[in-house]
Amino acid sequence: MAKIELRNISKKFKDDTVIQNLNLTIKDGSFTVLVGPSGCGKSTTLRMVAGLEQQSGGDIWIDDKCVNDTPPGLRDVAMVFQNYALYPTMSVRGNIEFGLKNRGVAKADRDKLVKDISEIVGLAPYLDKKPQSLSGGQRQRVALARAMVKQPKVFILDEPLSNLDAKLRGQMRTELIQLHKRLGTTFVYVTHDQVEAMSMGDEIVVMNKGVIQQADSPMKLYNDPENLFTAEFIGTPAMNTMNMKDVQGLDIQTSVSIGFMGFRPEQALLNAGPEARGHVIEGEIVTRESLGAEQIYQIRARGGVFFVKTFLAPLETADRVKVTIPYEHLFYFGLGGERLRSGIEAGARQLVAAGGV
Amino acid sequence: MTLWTKLRPYGMVAPAIIVFSLFFIYPIFYMIYLSMFDWNFVSPTKTFVGLQNFRDLLAEEDFRKVLSNTTIYTVLTVTLTTGLALLLALWLNKKSLFHGFVQGAIFSPHIISLVSISLLWSWLMDPEYGLLNWVIGLAGFDKLQWLSHPSTALVSLVMVAVWKGLGYNALVFIAGLQSIPADIYEAASLDRSKPWTTFTKLILPMLSPTIFFLVIINMIGSFQVFETIAIMTQGGPINSTNTLVYYIYEYGFRFFKIGYASAAGVILLVIVGILTIIYFKLLSNRVHYR
Repeated sequence: MAKIELRNISKKFKDDTVIQNLNLTIKDGSFTVLVGPSGCGKSTTLRMVAGLEQQSGGDIWIDDKCVNDTPPGLRDVAMVFQNYALYPTMSVRGNIEFGLKNRGVAKADRDKLVKDISEIVGLAPYLDKKPQSLSGGQRQRVALARAMVKQPKVFILDEPLSNLDAKLRGQMRTELIQLHKRLGTTFVYVTHDQVEAMSMGDEIVVMNKGVIQQADSPMKLYNDPENLFTAEFIGTPAMNTMNMKDVQGLDIQTSVSIGFMGFRPEQALLNAGPEARGHVIEGEIVTRESLGAEQIYQIRARGGVFFVKTFLAPLETADRVKVTIPYEHLFYFGLGGERLRSGIEAGARQLVAAGGV
Repeated sequence: MTLWTKLRPYGMVAPAIIVFSLFFIYPIFYMIYLSMFDWNFVSPTKTFVGLQNFRDLLAEEDFRKVLSNTTIYTVLTVTLTTGLALLLALWLNKKSLFHGFVQGAIFSPHIISLVSISLLWSWLMDPEYGLLNWVIGLAGFDKLQWLSHPSTALVSLVMVAVWKGLGYNALVFIAGLQSIPADIYEAASLDRSKPWTTFTKLILPMLSPTIFFLVIINMIGSFQVFETIAIMTQGGPINSTNTLVYYIYEYGFRFFKIGYASAAGVILLVIVGILTIIYFKLLSNRVHYR
């Protein structure tokens, strides 16, 4: 078990700065997920922790040891690669025990460790097979077993599920969560898929263009995004956002300047009665996705296109609908995308305001 | 199914089959046929002698010398070319201007005709005025006789063959090395694998298809060495560089003992055939890990 600390990390590839002044603390025993669009520097960050990439500046600490100059093998870190990176010339057993052999673990101990691990991940019948004769899910398990058998302080997983089909991915997701519970080791996990991040992580680090946007628990990220990027990244579908200039019929009392307004698709009400108080948008349904328990509507209004999600409600058949968003569920962002939390009072604009204040 | 749809595939492969039969299959069988005759290419009568040509060949002292020359030449050329090329490839497997230049430079002999190379090296190896002896002289060593002495002639020819083959072999090795995904090396480094372990346990086995491909290609090529010998030594001095194909050529086209030459050709065919069979057996049983 270990805490990982990145202090003022920066990374340049030739003249290209990918990461600048990154500070991050990964808690001991946490399941931390780095998530962000491709090219945001999440994999690079991960590889620097593993030692596969040397940072251009800053320090990396694992527990109380600065590992800047520690080679990957001595950092007590195990990694699961996106393409598994299994050794094709070795059997499953050979793959799992290669790291142990290099550490000089005795044969009897090795055999016991390999046997235990292969039973945990369900590979016992395949120990003498070559990786290429295994299915994608089994290869994934070999990669996991190879990492686990070294009993590392930190597990690093670089998009490990992206090569699996949807069903297997869901299954492996729960297995990884269970595995983390069972081992209690620090997991650092990289993905571009926010659903994966939300479902697995107990700590999520949202990154964009080499900068950490927000590092928080999944619910905090969802309920209380720090900025427009996080708001638009998290959620299925993500938060609807509109430029304040395009918003009509909303009366806002505030001293700060608001750039954007947003709301979650699942918090908007379709054709609510007059008793519902909130911001009202009228629009036309463009598409309907019905997933059984929930429906997702794409609605085009004067202010732009947005999504509304309803649960266990009959499919809306009308073309034109009235969407009501309760005032307390509106999010506001400044001109630079930062979240505005206080000092904003919203209400419906009075149409008979002529000669008012 | 109409007659046309039935015949069409045969029509499509016919050109290839015809060319192959005419220039490969037919000559092979004709050579086997000729190996049982005594004939001088021009006389209207061929005398059937059965296996006499083979008996003569195997009894011939020169022929045994030729076989041993060919074997020594092949073993030396193949091991040196493949081994050196692997070392070179490991060194050249980086992307930089300098490495690219070296790679290009060592590859260039591959595209030069063997005749030019043979002439070039004949000059370089000239005992009196050659560049090699001049350099050796500068270094303070005794001059070598190179192609003019039975003890050094064959090795000199091996040197030329290695020089010519190195670039191509290294190129194939580099391609093989680059097909090994980078994350394998990374996984190995996380597994605390030492460079030597990574090389012997991972890289070498993953390169094994490449190694076997090159070994067999080089072997077949070396067994059929001809140009360098025809130009540089003509099999001499004292038969020390006479090899199988040159022997066949001499008997066929200089002494016009076509039956005898064909018998030697059949022996070459058998040797190359056996090598190829071994190659495919090994390839399917041992190195084919994918």
